[in-house]
Amino acid sequence: MPKTSVAAVAAAPKKNSSAVARQKIFAFSSLIILMIAFSLASPNFFKADNLIAIMLATAVTGVLAVGITFVIITGGIDLSIGTLMTFCSVMTAKAITVWHLPILVGLLVAILTGMTFGCLSGILIAKLKLPPFIATLGVNMLTKGLSLIVAQSKPIYFSDYPVFSQISMGSVFGFIKDFQIPNAVLIFFIVAIVSSIILNKTSFGRYTFAIGSNEEAVRLSGVNSDRWKIGAYVLCGAIAGIAGILIASRLNSAQPALGQGYETDAIAACVIGGTSMSGGEGTILGTIIGAFIITVLTNGLRILNVPQEWQIVITGLIIIGAVYLDTLRRKKK
Amino acid sequence: MAEPLIAVKNLNKSFPGVQALKDVQFDLFPGEIHTLVGENGAGKSTLMKIIAGIYQKDSGEILLAGKPIDIANPRSALDHGISIIHQELNMMNHLTVAQNIFIGREPKKAKGLFLDEKKLNDDARSLFALLKLNIDPTTKMGDLTIAKQQMVEIIKAISYNSKVLIMDEPTAALNATEIDELFAVMRNLRSKGIGIIYISHRMDELFRISDRITVMRDGQYIGTFRAADANLDQIISLMVGRKIEQSAARAHDCRDQPVVLKVSGLSRGKVLKDVGFEVHKGEVLGLAGLMGAGRTEAARAIFGADPIDAGEVWVDGKKVHIQRPADAVHHGIGYLSEDRKRYGLAVGLDVETNSGLASLKQFTGPAGFVKSKQLRAIAQDTANKLAIKTPSLQQKVKYLSGGNQQKVVIAKWLIRNCDILFFDEPTRGIDVGAKQEIYRLINELADSGKTIIMISSELPEILRMSDRIVVMCEGRVTGELMASEATQEKVMKLATQRETMVQKANSN
Repeated sequence: MPKTSVAAVAAAPKKNSSAVARQKIFAFSSLIILMIAFSLASPNFFKADNLIAIMLATAVTGVLAVGITFVIITGGIDLSIGTLMTFCSVMTAKAITVWHLPILVGLLVAILTGMTFGCLSGILIAKLKLPPFIATLGVNMLTKGLSLIVAQSKPIYFSDYPVFSQISMGSVFGFIKDFQIPNAVLIFFIVAIVSSIILNKTSFGRYTFAIGSNEEAVRLSGVNSDRWKIGAYVLCGAIAGIAGILIASRLNSAQPALGQGYETDAIAACVIGGTSMSGGEGTILGTIIGAFIITVLTNGLRILNVPQEWQIVITGLIIIGAVYLDTLRRKKK
Repeated sequence: MAEPLIAVKNLNKSFPGVQALKDVQFDLFPGEIHTLVGENGAGKSTLMKIIAGIYQKDSGEILLAGKPIDIANPRSALDHGISIIHQELNMMNHLTVAQNIFIGREPKKAKGLFLDEKKLNDDARSLFALLKLNIDPTTKMGDLTIAKQQMVEIIKAISYNSKVLIMDEPTAALNATEIDELFAVMRNLRSKGIGIIYISHRMDELFRISDRITVMRDGQYIGTFRAADANLDQIISLMVGRKIEQSAARAHDCRDQPVVLKVSGLSRGKVLKDVGFEVHKGEVLGLAGLMGAGRTEAARAIFGADPIDAGEVWVDGKKVHIQRPADAVHHGIGYLSEDRKRYGLAVGLDVETNSGLASLKQFTGPAGFVKSKQLRAIAQDTANKLAIKTPSLQQKVKYLSGGNQQKVVIAKWLIRNCDILFFDEPTRGIDVGAKQEIYRLINELADSGKTIIMISSELPEILRMSDRIVVMCEGRVTGELMASEATQEKVMKLATQRETMVQKANSN
């Protein structure tokens, strides 16, 4: 091969990835602009305490958003993750405080519960061919009801297990002065990094994109696309289990009535971060930036004493704007 | 030639209500291009899908190198060295070329945990080198032209070490140069001992590329001929089972008739540059050119489907402003898209609804209720006039053949009372018999005073159907010919005229 063509080939990947990179830069610069604007507007915003509060507030939604990113890239949707998260937290509370299982086993219960219901959604969608929207809406109500039944409609407290709250609120780096980042935030970052590696470096990740791009093509290439599609929902469920642990630990209790609404925040984070609702495109980093944009916005508006009702309205407008920009970008192509 | 690569004997397959294949036989030798022809519904695709493991046979035998085999699914076909390139390309547009080729077989590293992207690209590169193709494996699939995507599909197929390659209408969307390139690749594969089963509706290609030709009709095997011994008329009459009257070329001179549609200075970005032409009442104007010449773009711009930078349109001598398709329809312009299923029909709805789709307003009472009796009457009337073959008006359009679907689109615009009709590739994907009927319809429409602008990539079709031909190249009108003086060579010369030698003699 002549040298020139090697050079051309080497230069090409940069050119191809530029569109994705540009949109990530767009989301990232929006985040920075928001932070600068709030810092200028209020002296209370850019303070260590507040920044840690923002990260902590992002952790649970952020973890859920990372999970649902896989599902959305396959071209699907999972409306059950919020209530599933709650059900996982109820199950882990039940396991630890009622059945008196070791805490580690209790955590495993949460993750296995998540995987089981993720698997259920996946089978409904891939095998029984239900539309993802309907299938996971069903699982949403299913897990919502089960949470109330298992917890007998009452919160379950971890009062006798002080270690449990350390999972979220403790800080393994607490010994370093001024670096009191709660474990929940660290776990969020670890989940994100591992997910990013899975998405970009493994066959599972490759099939996730491929299914979202053209499922029939994947199937006709001799790949068992159903299995990988179910896998995306199982992974999303497992991550909902992790979110369930985080939120239970943070509240030091399992709150069976909680959960509804978390899925919409997670979906919003994905969309703002550039994941395409029609599948085939998306990044974990984008999703994380999207999740931070939502919390920074809520946090900043609260510091500026904007009433909560208006915070919601503004977040809605931001999401519409983000999706509109995404549509424009697609049209240009 | 020794043992056939693949041989099919006494193959039967039925679907609910129809026997798709009856005692079909077929064989393919190494280093051979064996073309399979037949009308739509003749069973070609069913046969190929059975060989590729997508359908299961009811009875009969498939022999691979003399041994009977069972092809349970697409994977098993691939394992047996049988690859199929589908009519509708099956691509993952968001993935790169190399990722598409090796989907499901990605090279791994770190004990199988991670993908080896470098080896993936290197492997793809060496495959391209094998066929002397110049495609960058790291390009996103969606950024390639259809022709290049097809080459990638072929590469993907042979990367399975396939001995048998099935190509279902690969040239449908290619221009002449791209077809030449594809044929070169096919001959190259043939010389490497690969057997190719080739399905095409383009009769002019048959004898250029085939070694043998097998004809199928109504799910039955009709016969196999050496290309060198057969001729086109013979093949066509076997395909349709009856003599086809080739309707005579039109070549009416309508220039003394009033100008119904006039376009001038139509420009849009790099796609359309100062396009102008006139069409007369009762005339069939052929818009010729290679793929990407801007013919469809011109039609869509006139129809208001795409925005324009500049340009003027006159209908019946009056200047009109068309900003959206609704305006065009209001002025009596109808557009029959090349992609019927996507832009022309609501395939999940029935014939009646589709026929009335453009004129529902006329059939809606003041309270908003549809006057269904009137609509049904006119739909039935039009269906009879166009001889649409359907069990009833309530049949869903997706169950009709391509030719009949096209007629439903025509019915839609006739009911809307359109006097100017753009036909964009009206016979793409339509079999020989139905083609004749579409031609006859276009002739009748023109004779009854409608004005027709026909876009076609098939030169024989342009020459036969047009009264006058406007040729485009790279967004410009490069010339105009009366049908009586036009030849394939003259049209091709204009269609490849890249210099700015716009002939304005006739167009203004």
